[in-house]
Amino acid sequence: MEDFSCDVLIIGGGNAALCAALCARENHQNVIVLETSPKDWRGGNSQHTRNLRSMHIQPTDVLSDSYSEDEFWEDVWRVSGGETNEEYARFVISQTPQIIQWAKSHGVRFQPSLGGTLQLGRTNAFFLGGGKALLNAYYKRAEQLGIKIFYEHEAIDLHIQEDECKYILVKDKIVNKVSQWRAKTYIVASGGFESNLDWLKEAWGQKADNFLIRGTKYNQGLMLKALIKEGAKILGSPTQGHMVAIDARAPKYDGGIVSRVDCVSLGIVVNKNAKRFYDEGEDFWPKRYAIWGRLVANQPEEIAYSITDSKVLDKYMPSLFPPIIAESISDLAKKLKLDEIILKQTLNDYNQKVVAGNFNHTILDDCKTKGLEIEKTHWAQKIDTPPFYCYPLRPGITFTYLGVGVTKQAEVIKQNGEVCKNLFAAGEIMAGNILSKGYVAGFGMSIGSVFGRIAGISAANFNTKRGW
Amino acid sequence: MEANIQNEQEIYELAKQSCTICNSCRYCEGFCAVFPAMESRRDFKYQDIDYLANLCHQCGECFYACQYAPPHEFNVNIPSQFGDIRAITYEKFAFGAKFGKFFNKNGFFASSVLMLCIFVLFLLVFYWNHWNLSRISYKGNFYEVLPYEVMVGVFSVVGILVLGSIAIGFMNFFSSLKEKEKINLICVFQGIFDALSLKYLGGYHHEGCTYSQNSRSNTRKYFHHFAFYGFLFCFVATCLGGFYDHFLHQSAPYAFLSAPKLFGTFGGIFLCIGTLGLFVLKLKMDKRLKSLKSMGMDYAFIFSLFIVSLSGLCLMLLRKNDGAMVFLVLFHLSAVLALFLIMPYGKFIHGFYRIAALIKYALETKKS
Ligand SMILES: Cc1cc2nc3c(=O)[nH]c(=O)nc-3n(C[C@H](O)[C@H](O)[C@H](O)COP(=O)(O)OP(=O)(O)OC[C@H]3O[C@@H](n4cnc5c(N)ncnc54)[C@H](O)[C@@H]3O)c2cc1C
Ligand code: SF4
Ligand code: SF4
Repeated sequence: MEDFSCDVLIIGGGNAALCAALCARENHQNVIVLETSPKDWRGGNSQHTRNLRSMHIQPTDVLSDSYSEDEFWEDVWRVSGGETNEEYARFVISQTPQIIQWAKSHGVRFQPSLGGTLQLGRTNAFFLGGGKALLNAYYKRAEQLGIKIFYEHEAIDLHIQEDECKYILVKDKIVNKVSQWRAKTYIVASGGFESNLDWLKEAWGQKADNFLIRGTKYNQGLMLKALIKEGAKILGSPTQGHMVAIDARAPKYDGGIVSRVDCVSLGIVVNKNAKRFYDEGEDFWPKRYAIWGRLVANQPEEIAYSITDSKVLDKYMPSLFPPIIAESISDLAKKLKLDEIILKQTLNDYNQKVVAGNFNHTILDDCKTKGLEIEKTHWAQKIDTPPFYCYPLRPGITFTYLGVGVTKQAEVIKQNGEVCKNLFAAGEIMAGNILSKGYVAGFGMSIGSVFGRIAGISAANFNTKRGW
Repeated sequence: MEANIQNEQEIYELAKQSCTICNSCRYCEGFCAVFPAMESRRDFKYQDIDYLANLCHQCGECFYACQYAPPHEFNVNIPSQFGDIRAITYEKFAFGAKFGKFFNKNGFFASSVLMLCIFVLFLLVFYWNHWNLSRISYKGNFYEVLPYEVMVGVFSVVGILVLGSIAIGFMNFFSSLKEKEKINLICVFQGIFDALSLKYLGGYHHEGCTYSQNSRSNTRKYFHHFAFYGFLFCFVATCLGGFYDHFLHQSAPYAFLSAPKLFGTFGGIFLCIGTLGLFVLKLKMDKRLKSLKSMGMDYAFIFSLFIVSLSGLCLMLLRKNDGAMVFLVLFHLSAVLALFLIMPYGKFIHGFYRIAALIKYALETKKS
């Protein structure tokens, strides 16, 4: 008999990992979870989330109206510009209603569907207390069920021989010791590589120095690297990811939701040269904020400035950092260290080309500019009422798409098409099977939950079939 | 003094920053009244912070759920930061704020010393009256120990003073919150009802909250109910006693099944259970949720309530024993008197501030 540390060894401590751990345990497996972070930081990007997207045919206690599989699928198709896998996407979508039930039965609580500020209440179910509360519930259940959790244990390599994973190398960060861990089955749920600055730089070049990482600092992509090395099938390109424009003053890591800026569509955005570079009023902000990350990333020094005036102050959500306030445009230029003459010119040009309309921020209104090189097509109002307000913007990476190919049983596929029998993947690390571009809010947690559960069950089934 | 003001400002600024973060995060809406109240504001003045802090029960739920809780550099820790603010509001709005400040700083020590002083004073009065009587039997009559006039005199004067200063403190606080709102009777009742039923101490859907460690239960709510209603029963018992004595001319001791006795006995037992439970919970409490500023005050309050109820119960049991009775009567009365005296400055006032905040909350939610 071989000497295994456990039946199912899970790498990662986020939503996908915990879903997998609980399912494997409930199928009578001995489960170990390796989380590279200390306990206080556990849960990767999942601790920053606030909802998951779910189809439903009638209103439920946590979702209003109805949201059919087809509508959900069309939303996914639209944002990805068709670059998605219909079979896998529908596979996940169709299982979302069970996910919510399952989460509830494991102690996760959701906001009632009629919450005041939650406009997404039809398509997305909001966690009461957010993702960290969700994780707390899962961790608590895991401890009750006897799942062993090792914090500050980082998987640094794995070894695949033919169609099986033989061991992983684990670094115990507390005593700084590396050892081989062997299990009957392995589930990799260690997220993307978005926290790895060197890797980002490899993909993006020098620009990446000015990127902010919205989530955890622990998703270093070590398992992704190991899987590439061991010949797993890799999907997507390292430059694909979810990138949004966020407040430039946010910390390098873990700024999370509060670093978002909501006023872009209400004013104009200029770059380091004090020039506009894109139509700020193209569409509603929630539908556009994800393209602005890339837009800003492609401006000189990867920075931009969203400028509004006092007329629209109450039209957007307050955010963490106070806006930079100035009584005049020259004053603003000085504070932002922009060229005063050009900034004035840009504003003048813009103000002169605004055509009067009925301003209404809740619809695609008829306030626009006419005659500019780069028009603003909605919500264009003159910026002429001091004080002026500015939020500096930087690209903020949410997550990367580069991932590993899996079957619908969550088994890792190799480049040569073979399937690894005892190695499974779930969550961000395999989201590339479904999405390679674009993102609908809340889909990440849906994919991670569905595939996390499948991975846990598949691992248990594999062990049972082997007679272990 | 300088340093103190500085320090207060820092505490407010810290709480303000946390509120700003919460307000753009909003993950915790649904836990309690604090978050909806935050969301109806864009920025936070100190008086808003006072208001929000007095809506908070320091239950910890939002701390454990917070992605920005320490060690995150944003350092969002609502239960602890609001605990500090509450301690500041209690002294800021109290009548005779100087005394409040002194007391709050030395909560536990000050109330113990106060109690001892009163006790010694009562002992002196007692010996003054009894120095020439070698040994008499009191037959369980308290007034033999401390003359009726002394007792009623001292307690009515102190009672009136205390009620007055509590009322002034409450009005100070409430008027600082209320701004332009018109008082509406329904909202007032709503606020009082929510306070008396400890609505938000029950957490989301009455599932309990995460006090004292990160697991959910309603224990704290039950102990609080025991303590509060126990206190109320004792209060009723005392009033009934006075009424029987003064108007019905039936003097103590009363039969076990008489109203004052029943209220007193059960009130005393409830109060003992409640304060003991709250004390244990507080000891067990996750230290990250603690507010150092209010700690001493909290313990002083729980402790003095416990002493009052315990000595009351002992007195009832041992009133036939002359030696014990003298000692116990004097001790119990000193404890009650000390409790009264610190009421406007100590944790006791939190109930009134909570009511004020909840009335304000009811007014606000009605408006929107
Ligand atoms: C700010 C922000 C907000 C978001 N909001 C939402 C939302 O509202 N809804 C939604 O659906 N999605 C949201 N997302 C995306 C969502 O976070 C991800 O899709 C989802 O969390 C992925 O889950 P996961 O378990 O795969 O990865 P993670 O939750 O990131 O977990 C990865 C885990 O693996 C650990 N780990 C990494 N490497 C190793 C290693 N070598 N050894 C051991 N452990 C390792 C990490 O510490 C971490 O615990 C958001 C992302 C961010 C950054
Ligand atoms: S306590 Fe933390 S998670 Fe909750 S609303 Fe505030 S910032 Fe957000
Ligand atoms: S500690 Fe509890 S009562 Fe206080 S704000 Fe947080 S959830 Fe509300």
